[in-house]
This record gives sequence, structure tokens and C-alpha cells, in this order.
Amino acid sequence: MSLLRLSDVSARLGGKAVLDGVDLSIREGEFVGLIGPNGAGKSTLLRAVLGLTPSSGEIDIGGTPALNLSATARAKIVSYLPQEREIAWPVTAERLVGLGRSPHMPAFAGLGERDNAAVLRAMQRMDVAEFAARPATELSGGEKARVLIARALAQEAPLMLADEPTAGLDPLHQIALMRVFAALAREGASVVACLHDLGLAARWCTRLVLLDAGRIVADGTPAEVLTQARLRDVYNIEAYIGEVGGGLVVYPLDLSSLPDAQR
Amino acid sequence: MSEQARYAAVLLALAVLTLSLFIASLTTGPAEAGFRQSLAALFVDEGDLMSLVMREIRLPRAVLGLMIGATLGLSGAVLQGYLRNPLAEPGLLGISASASLGAVLAIYTGLSATFALGLPLAALAGAVIAVLLVRAMAGERGGTLTIILAGVAISAFAGAMTSLALNLSSNPFAALEIVFWMLGSLADRSMTHLWLSGPFMVAGWVMLAMLARPLDVLTLGADAASSIGIDMRRVQFLAITGTAASVGGATAVAGAIGFVGLVVPHLLRPLVGSVPSRLLPASALGGASVLLAADVLVRLIAPGRDLKLGVLTAIVGAPFFLWLIWRTRRQML
Repeated sequence: MSLLRLSDVSARLGGKAVLDGVDLSIREGEFVGLIGPNGAGKSTLLRAVLGLTPSSGEIDIGGTPALNLSATARAKIVSYLPQEREIAWPVTAERLVGLGRSPHMPAFAGLGERDNAAVLRAMQRMDVAEFAARPATELSGGEKARVLIARALAQEAPLMLADEPTAGLDPLHQIALMRVFAALAREGASVVACLHDLGLAARWCTRLVLLDAGRIVADGTPAEVLTQARLRDVYNIEAYIGEVGGGLVVYPLDLSSLPDAQR
Repeated sequence: MSEQARYAAVLLALAVLTLSLFIASLTTGPAEAGFRQSLAALFVDEGDLMSLVMREIRLPRAVLGLMIGATLGLSGAVLQGYLRNPLAEPGLLGISASASLGAVLAIYTGLSATFALGLPLAALAGAVIAVLLVRAMAGERGGTLTIILAGVAISAFAGAMTSLALNLSSNPFAALEIVFWMLGSLADRSMTHLWLSGPFMVAGWVMLAMLARPLDVLTLGADAASSIGIDMRRVQFLAITGTAASVGGATAVAGAIGFVGLVVPHLLRPLVGSVPSRLLPASALGGASVLLAADVLVRLIAPGRDLKLGVLTAIVGAPFFLWLIWRTRRQML
């Protein structure tokens, strides 16, 4: 069964086409890296799935048209990590992570045993269990980011949409996060993450989708998608592409053609 | 002490405080009567003057103080949580200003003199117009900034129209009545006022109380909240309509009373671990306590001078708020 299916999805922001006829299907057990230059439409694609940005075309979530799903029913299938890391009030990190359990809780009930177990699991996965009792607003940027990812994990939805989840994380926690996402995929869940770090995307994702100017220009395994020619066309960069220990390595080296001002 | 027990203790302390101040309000007044005698006259009708005073004058005043204070505290806590802005207060949506304008027009046109309920009904009409305007401006997907700006514009316009009514008022007595009414007071309110405004306040409370969990989730921002299953259109509807009903009802009988809705949620937030849903009952009780205390004080400080409640809350509230900012400025920056 496909968790998510988009057919001919288009979206306009301020009169400009940001998504232009996107077809995409996400099955169970995939860790999909959504890559592409700034303004390619990566965030808009995720927002369109959640109905945060109006779009045309068809979007099916878990086999049901997205428009027919209630907000709670959708939240049980899809979790979302926005790019903006907002924490309005100094509540404890544990309480913040617990908010991810809301779709599973009956009205006016508190966190149950299963909810507390899910919160603990998510916090351990993101290495934030030690911050549980601290006000989330007092944590460092990277720690806040990890607490917010734990919040999305605690939702325990089969599909997670993450907008630049690695931003602000140190190398250890970037790799740890990639491992968590890869493990989720092995367990049968799927993750779609917007990524700018091509090295991480190449090494950890099971599938890459390359967006440029609102269209999907490549979709396949990292080795199929990340070629010298494509990186030159889409990103205007030269990159080293090699292999270390059986894994793909992509490292951006320089611009393909310098802008006129720097020539 | 566990977090849960601490929260229960805070609520219990606030409930005891509110009840004590409610009884203090019932037993304070110009009529010469002891504490016991007053309360006895409330429960046992002996057909004497004191029973009349207790039942027709002090009881409605105390109940209105309790309900209006709870309204201001609750709606302030909801609006700060909904707009994720610590400066939000019940007056922000333009509802207080529009309700005031309705009341002022009732006095100006003489409607209030010909028909006893003319003033509160006109004030409620003002609140309804304000909420329709805010909702129309904000639209279905309206962001919080649009709502704040629309509220500011409506407040400014209602303020200007109120000034115009004062400006053109040919009758100095009407002008004086307008000014006095706008200062905010609970003096000389009857059971009729309570029966008129009570249902609006209670209906508003029910709508605002339904926002408890959505407000918690909104800590993560509107986009994340929406992805966790919060219907933002419903939240917007409940927040704006609930505030309009309760604050409109409160303003209709007491005038605009400032600072309670702004200061009380700030004061209590640290005591409930900053959790928005926990702040709602705490802030409702806190608002009731503050308003009841202020209404007792205006009767004690200047018994013969009819010191206005709204004047006292602003005189005490503003410096207190400055102190609060002074104390927390490092966290805020």
C-alpha cells in the first residue's frame, strides 16, 4: 500500500508556480531525501500534503483522499516537523514531546501508559531524555531541534515529513538522526526529509527525489540521482562523487560557472 | 511535591482566596451590619431592610465581580495562548472598545434613560459588530497578526466614535454619565444585570474552556499544531466568539475594566509551569480574586466618593505590570 500518493499536484504562491504537476508515491519502509536548490518547492510540497498550502491535483494519504480526512485522522498517519522551530512558552521538554500524543488521546484525557512509553522511546531515540524536566526554551538551538524531532517521533505515525531536520545539529547528532530515520524505514515506517546536505542524503537515504523549479527532475536511488551532470545542471556545482566502505560519498567542491561578479 | 500535586495546590489556594474575597465583597458596604448579621440576612429573608440590601444590592454586585473577574482572567489567558503573544489581553480584539461605544451611544441617544436594559443591550450589539468585523477581516485562514491588526483598527475607530459622541454631546449630564460609565464600575448593579450578562459570560466560558488542549499544542506554532490534528479554523472561531460573548457580556454591565486580563495570566504563568491549559482555570480564579479585591477596596478607600473600579485596577495594575516587566526583562529579551 502506498502511504502517500500525489498526482499532478500544483501550487502557486503569490502568482508564481511553486509546484508544477508533481507525481510522487511513497511506499512503506522508505527513507526518501527530498533534495533541490533553494526555492525548488521542497517545503511547499510537504506543506501541500498537510493542506497548509492550497494546491490543485490529487493527494491521497494512506489510500484516502486528503480532503476526506479529518485533521486527527490525518495526524495518525502523517507527522510533520516544520522548518520553523517554535516553542512559545517555557514548558518542560517532556511535556513538549508529549504534545505529539494528542491525536491518540480521547478528549479531556491526560497521557496514558502507552503515551508515556511512546514519549520515553522518542526522547531516548533523540538522546534528549536527560532534558526531560528542563524548560524547553532554555535549551540550546540543537537541543531544541532534537526535542522537537522527538515530539514528531512520539506521534508514531507511519509517515513522517521533516523539513530540514538536520539544520543546527552537530555531526554526531546529524548522523544519529539519519540512523533513526533509516531504522524507522527498516521497521516499516517511511520518512520524507528535505535535505541540503548531499553527503548525508547520498549515504543514508534509500531513495532521493530531486526537485528543480517545482518539478521532479530525478527520482531513484542515490547513485542514480546524484550524477556529475545533474548536480551541474540543477545546482550549478562541481562535486566529488566516490565510494567509501560500500557507501556513496558526495562532496560539493566548487561552482560550475562563476557568477559574472566573481569572474 | 510532584508537578500534578503542585498544580492542584495552586488551584486550591486560588479557590480559597476567591471564596474569601467573595464573602468579603458580600459583607462590605455602607449599610451598618456585622459580618454574621449580613450573611444571615442573605440566607434568611426576614423581610427587613438588610435582607433587601443583601439580596438586591450586594449579592448581584459580588456575583458580577466574581464572574467578570473570571471572564477577564480566562479570556486574557486564552488570547495570550492563542496569539502566542504575552501582550494580548481581552481588549485587544476591539470587543471592549466596541461594547463601550454601544453603551455610550445608548446614553447619548437617551435610549438608556427610556429603557433600563437599553445600555447593556446596546453594548452587547457593539461587541457583536466587533466580532463580525474581526472575523471578516481575518478570514478563514487568518493569521494571528491579521487578527491583532484588525482588533487595533476596530479599537481605534470605536475610540474615535466614542470621542465624537462626547464631542457632540449637548447635554453636560449625558457627557458626565458617559465618562463615568467608561471608567468601569460594579456599583448599583441589579439582579436584572446579572440575568442579562450571565448567560453570555457562561456561554463564552464554555467556548474558551474547549480550547484547553489546542492551546497546549499551539505552543509548537500554528503549522505544527495543525499537523497534530488541531483544526485551526475551529480554534479561531472558539477563541474570537468565546472572548466576544464573555467580554461583551462583562463590558455591557461593568464598562471596560483594564489590566486584569493582561496582568493575571502573567502573574500565574510561572506557578502552573507555563502550561497554557493549566493557566485557564488558574487565571479565571485569579481574575475573579483581583476584581473582587479591587471592588472591596473601592468601597473601603472612599466610601462616599464612588471611586470607580476601572480606575483602581489601572492605578494598581500599571505599576505592578511595570514591576513584572522589570523582574522578567532578562528572560524576555
